[in-house]
Amino acid sequence: MSKNEWPLWEIFIRSKSGLAHKHVGSLHAADAKMAIANARDVYTRRMEGVSLWVVPSVSITASSPDEKEILFDPSNDKVYRHPTFYDIPDEIGHM
Amino acid sequence: MASDHLLHLADNALILGQRLAEWCGHGPVLEEDIALTNTALDYIGQATFLYKYAAESEGQGRDEDQLAFLRDAWDYKNSLIVELPNGDYAQTVTRQFLFSAWYYLYLRNLENSSDEFLRGFAEKSIKEVRYHLQHSSDWVKRLGDGTEESHRRMNDAIRELWPFTGEMFTSAEFEKAASEAGVAPQPELLLAEWRQIVETVFTEATLKMPEDGFMHLGGKVGKHTEYLGYILSDLQFLQRAYPNSKW
Repeated sequence: MSKNEWPLWEIFIRSKSGLAHKHVGSLHAADAKMAIANARDVYTRRMEGVSLWVVPSVSITASSPDEKEILFDPSNDKVYRHPTFYDIPDEIGHM
Repeated sequence: MASDHLLHLADNALILGQRLAEWCGHGPVLEEDIALTNTALDYIGQATFLYKYAAESEGQGRDEDQLAFLRDAWDYKNSLIVELPNGDYAQTVTRQFLFSAWYYLYLRNLENSSDEFLRGFAEKSIKEVRYHLQHSSDWVKRLGDGTEESHRRMNDAIRELWPFTGEMFTSAEFEKAASEAGVAPQPELLLAEWRQIVETVFTEATLKMPEDGFMHLGGKVGKHTEYLGYILSDLQFLQRAYPNSKW
């Protein structure tokens, strides 16, 4: 890793009609304020969104692909964990 | 003849946009390359808007392209500061900061213009310019209060550009007329607040406010530096060599 490179940041954008910030890519910046400005310039040129989150890449810990099976396969066949066996009275409305 | 006042605003935008576009592919880092070219596009967009209005108002059958691509240097009314070379990054951000601070105050005032079109133009453009001002201010602070080298380059840039700041606050005849008609602000009245903005940022950047000395004038009446000719030869070559060519 080059010593002279600015730290790397991961960029998340929430679109105008969206509810969650989505990961759109990464960029380099010297600090958080510059990261916001750079994210605005690099990733919102075509009205992609109305809210930006920038996170230093080092702060993100990702699950290892090698552990995919033990982390996620067990939940694949546990139908009793889904909340679909209740009769909901009409007065409650949409849940 | 298209209104000198409209041409002044349009030419400012076109020439500054053209200068910033020269950074395309040459920025110090990728993110700044994109930031500067975004800014250039903001200005080209503003120029298009203003040239269209100028061409319509003069009613001589010219369109915005003819105004942009077929006038000679002595017909351009931009302030001299926008045609100066980009220099190093310190010079580019300093020029952007000094100009944007003026432009922001100008547009804020223009939002109350008696001209409906200019009111709409100001409301839309001020959002772009507030961002340019914020972005360039941040860079002035980072470079001013940075390393010994960046600090020195900032001082060089300020010394180079300061003599061109006076023109932004010196009315040409058409500006006196425009302000009397309530169309646009009188530039002199923006100076005090501009100095406050500049001084606040310079102080945080550990940079000294320069002494005012000789101020260059002439851009607004078509007396330009030798630089404008070179900019126009890049900008206008295609249309002049192959008239009416289209994509």
